[in-house]
Parts: sequence; C-alpha cells; structure tokens
Amino acid sequence: MREVFYSKAVNEALDEELSRDSSVIMIGEDIGCYGGAFGVSKGLWEKYGAERIWETPISEGSITGIAVGAAMMGMKPVLEIMFMDFVALALDQMMNSAGKLHYMYGEQVTVPMVLRTPGGAKGGYGPSHSQMLSNLFVGIPGLKVVAPSTPKQVKGLLKSAIRDPNPVVFIENKRLYPQKGEIPEGEYLLPLDKAEVLSEGTDITLISYSSMTPVCLAVKNALQPHGINLEVVDLVSLQPLDTDTIFASVRKTGRVIIVEEACLTGGVAGEVSALIAEHCLDSLEAPVIRVGAADAPIPSSLDLEKFVLPQADDIVQAVKRIREWA
Amino acid sequence: MQLSTDQLLDFYHLMVKIRSFEETLGSLFSKGLLGGTSHFCIGQEASAVGVVQGVRDTDWLVSNHRGHGHLLARRLNVYRVMAELLGRETGYCFGRGGSQHMCSMDEHFLGTNGITGGGIPIAAGAALALKCQKSDSIVVVFFGDGASNQGTFHETLNIASLWKLPIMFVCENNLYGMSNPVKRSVAGGGKVAPRAAGYAIPAQTLEGRDVELVWKATREAAERIRNGGGPELLELMTYRLCGHSKSEPRVYRTREEEDQMAKLDPLATFPKRLLELGCTQEQIDDAANSARKMVEDATQKALQDEPGDRHVALSGVFAEEEVSK
Repeated sequence: MREVFYSKAVNEALDEELSRDSSVIMIGEDIGCYGGAFGVSKGLWEKYGAERIWETPISEGSITGIAVGAAMMGMKPVLEIMFMDFVALALDQMMNSAGKLHYMYGEQVTVPMVLRTPGGAKGGYGPSHSQMLSNLFVGIPGLKVVAPSTPKQVKGLLKSAIRDPNPVVFIENKRLYPQKGEIPEGEYLLPLDKAEVLSEGTDITLISYSSMTPVCLAVKNALQPHGINLEVVDLVSLQPLDTDTIFASVRKTGRVIIVEEACLTGGVAGEVSALIAEHCLDSLEAPVIRVGAADAPIPSSLDLEKFVLPQADDIVQAVKRIREWA
Repeated sequence: MQLSTDQLLDFYHLMVKIRSFEETLGSLFSKGLLGGTSHFCIGQEASAVGVVQGVRDTDWLVSNHRGHGHLLARRLNVYRVMAELLGRETGYCFGRGGSQHMCSMDEHFLGTNGITGGGIPIAAGAALALKCQKSDSIVVVFFGDGASNQGTFHETLNIASLWKLPIMFVCENNLYGMSNPVKRSVAGGGKVAPRAAGYAIPAQTLEGRDVELVWKATREAAERIRNGGGPELLELMTYRLCGHSKSEPRVYRTREEEDQMAKLDPLATFPKRLLELGCTQEQIDDAANSARKMVEDATQKALQDEPGDRHVALSGVFAEEEVSK
C-alpha cells in the first residue's frame, strides 16, 4: 500500500488506461498543457500527445455528443466536464443519446464513454460552481453513476468505468482531490456496482457517498468515546444501488441516517430511503432520516454556505434524534 | 465522371421508392395501423439520393428526424425499415426506435435522431474516431435549416474545422423549421451556407431538387474531405411538399406557394430529364413500378410480423460487452 492524493489516483487511472489501450482518448477543456482545471490530467498531454488528449473549445453540449459518436465507433472517450454544474449543457447528449443508443438502436451499438466531473462545493465557489447534481443522472435509464470517496476507490473504479461497455457518469469531488489515502501497489480494478462498508458498527448506519463519507467517518470517531458505535456505508455506486449491502447494514442496526451533499428533495437519499421502507420495514426501529443540502442555491459567502450545505453537526443532531426515538 | 443511364434510372427508382414508402405510411396512419408520428420528406427525395449515392457505401451516415429518404437511399432493407416503423420485432431496432431512432451498422448508417441538431456532434465524434483510426472513410451528417439555429451546429462546425475532421455537413434547407419560415428563423436572409464562413469551412448552396447536380457536388466534396481537406458544408435548397409531420394543416404557408413548388417536384421533373438523356418511357415506368412493388411487398410482409414481447421492451438497457463496429 502507498499513500496518494485522490487527484493523483485519478491521474494514475487515466495514465494506465491510456497506456494499455490505444482506443482510450480524453476529451475536455483545458486538459492540455494546463493539465485540467484541477490539475488532474497533468502530464498526460505531454506523454500521449494531442492525438490522444483532445483539448476542446468551450462547447460542453457538442463535446459530449462528440464523445458519444466516437464511442459508437469503437473509441473509449473519457470526457471531462470541468465543474459538475456545467453538465446542464451536456445533459441532452447524456440523456437522449448516451443512455439510450444501445437500447433504441437495437443493440447494434455500444457507448463505452466516461463523463468525469467534479461535483460538490469546495468552499466559496458560489451558486454555479458548487453543486452536487447526482440526482440529475440517477433517473436516466442506461447510465451508470458512481461517486467514489477515497483514492483507492477512485482509481479502481475509473479503470473499470473506462473498460465498461456502457456510458458511466463518474462523479469526482473538488473537496476530495487534495485528500490522501492508501491505495494498493500495482494494477487493480473495482466493481462499478458495489457499496463499501468503510467502518463497521452496531448502533446506527450512516449511508453516504462522495464528500460526505469522510464527514460521516469523522462523526463516527467523534461519537465513539460517547459509547455510540456507528456503521459507515459508502454507496460508491448511485446507479445501480447495491441494495444487498445497504439492506444487510439496515437489518443489523435498525436505525439509518442517509447523508448527501445534494439537495434533499428528489435526491439519492430519498431513493435509498424508499427502498429501505419497501424492503426493511420490519427491521427498522426508528424513522429513516435524511441529511442533505437545503433546497436553496449555494451562496458564495463562506459564512452563508455553511447554512445551506450539510455539516457534521447536522449528522450529530440526526444521531441524537434517532437515538431518542422510543 | 458521368452518370450512366443505368445509374440515372437507379436514382429514379430510389426516389420513387422513398415517395411510395411515405405515401404508404400516410395510408397506414389513416387506417390506424401506425402509431405515434412521422416526418415525411415528400419533395426532398433528390437531395437524399444524390448525397447518399455520391459517397461510398463504406462512408458513414448520420441522419435526423426526417430520415426515411436517407435510410432508403442507402438501400436499407425496405421490409425491415417498414417493420421498424410498424413496431415489429423484425425491424432494424426491434421496434424500440421507430422512424426517428433507426440505425443499421451493417449499412454504415449511424442512426436517425429525434433531437433537432442532436446528430451533428455525434457525427463529428464518429469522424474523430475515423481520424484516430486512420480510416479513409468520411462521415456525412444530414440536418435541416432549423437545426442550424441550435448551439450544437455552431459548436460542432467550429471544432470540426479546428480538428480538420473528415465530415460533410449537409443542410437540407426546405424553407421551414416545422412552421417557422427561414426568413424569420435564419438571420441574414434564410441561407445556412454563409454561416460556415465564420468557421472557415467551405460551403456552397445548390438546387437540392436536381439529383445529378447534388450527386456531382457530393462526389467532389467527398474526395476533397477524404484527402484531408477538412470539413465542407453543402446547403441543398428543397421543399417539403407535405406537412411537417403526418397530415398537419400547413396554416403557415399558402396553397399558391405549394402549387408553385409542386412544379419543381423532383419526381415530376426527373422523368422528363431521363427522356432527354435517352431513356425510354418503358425503362422509366419499369424503374418506378419495381420500386412501388418493393414497397408494397415489404409492407404486406411487415404487417404479418409480430411485435416484440415484454423481454424486448425491458432488456438491452445496458450492454454486457462492447459491440465492435
């Protein structure tokens, strides 16, 4: 094992797959000598050249369609959308082409593309550069959606996503890029459809993904000395959801808090909550609680931002509430 | 290169096949045998046949919502195209796609597309793949005047020009984006070709109802593109002699205008030209009759077929493995 930054783990996955398979290409804005807005693709343009790393004008709608068309013809494009907020401009090609073509064209084509994009707030980036828009993609048939939280996950999953024959929305996170974690030596792949129990516990299950997972782990560590033993389950895959792992944890603890950075309404937490209600009602000892962003735009001011985005204390309050339930 | 009499008769045969196919669809709609909607290209057959026959069969085509002409000009199996429209499992896409979402990779037809302007970047992506794979094939993408107002048109022309992609942009300008006339929707007088200048792409505006002219211009442009000359745009002036979809009442234009335009109907003018070029009336009639017979037989056969079952409806959302092209 060795310690690397989350962003470096992404870079290693890209490097290894570009080196392994000549049909892998990258498409995106400022991914050339600049190395990507967050430096994730640094060095790749120098190493693989402009015939593999296609740096584009600012045209999210069309570069997404270009990735789709190239994928249909046997390439494996990895598309970078600089901020997840900008996927609004790419959405038509993702929902009306990428997710549908294999099905609607009678299985004559596949669309083996990856849309990589960093979601979530980094602190002070404001309403159009801070959103976690996972909810936009999970309701579109034909798309796989993953949102890794650790360097180990992000590397193994990105390599699997690039090799998958289906379009994969790969949600990275700006707040996670500078976080370090251990990854295995040598090559490894991780399955795209599995959740991960990151820390076992007995009292309450915290279910989360992406940037909220380290917050949940921190809450667990903070409450441990108070005799509260939390289990932390990282969804990793948002579409499909790994219901086996989710339900097993719910049946063990009987109490569930679902935490996400996206707006509370219409989000992944609501979907997980509904599945638990449908399948695990007998195991529940308290109502399922969701913790997420307020249904409001994310303000630029750091002082205001914390009132909109979920904080560690919101999770602590939810733990308190769920423990007090008769 | 000159077109032989046999080729010219074949073009006429294809044009009649397209017309007859859509007239048949009209009658299937009125009998309640066809669901949903469909966009006819009645009056626009010459641009479809001239372009598709002007490139190689190994060149890739991307079409739009008005794609029956493009499909049949590429000689897709009429029976399987009809079966697809009728929602039968024997259709090209098992009845999942229908008119606006039909594909045949064997015939290098990358698909019709129901989103106006949606096929344009997909075509550029296919051209990028051909460039990466060092193929000598090119991509042809069809769209209408209406799609030239979408952002994807402008973004994609810019990128295709920068990257010198092997792609031919073919605008079939039929003067109306649904009900909206080009004079009110395409700034600068209703022509699309001048827009290409902003992206340093060579473009020409041609009479799209002249199949010989379209064929010749396409052939020449295709060879320039194939030889690394970068993208080109052809704007083919034409007219849809029917409504936008099915049988809408066409309140946005006058019957006088339609009568004038009907005189330019390529299916009315081309047989006269064939006679001038030395074809006999019998040859011309044979070309037309054989086309109508093919459509009739294909329709009867497709009507006998069964629609797919629940499995066809619910499977195939995700691929198990990559389908190599």
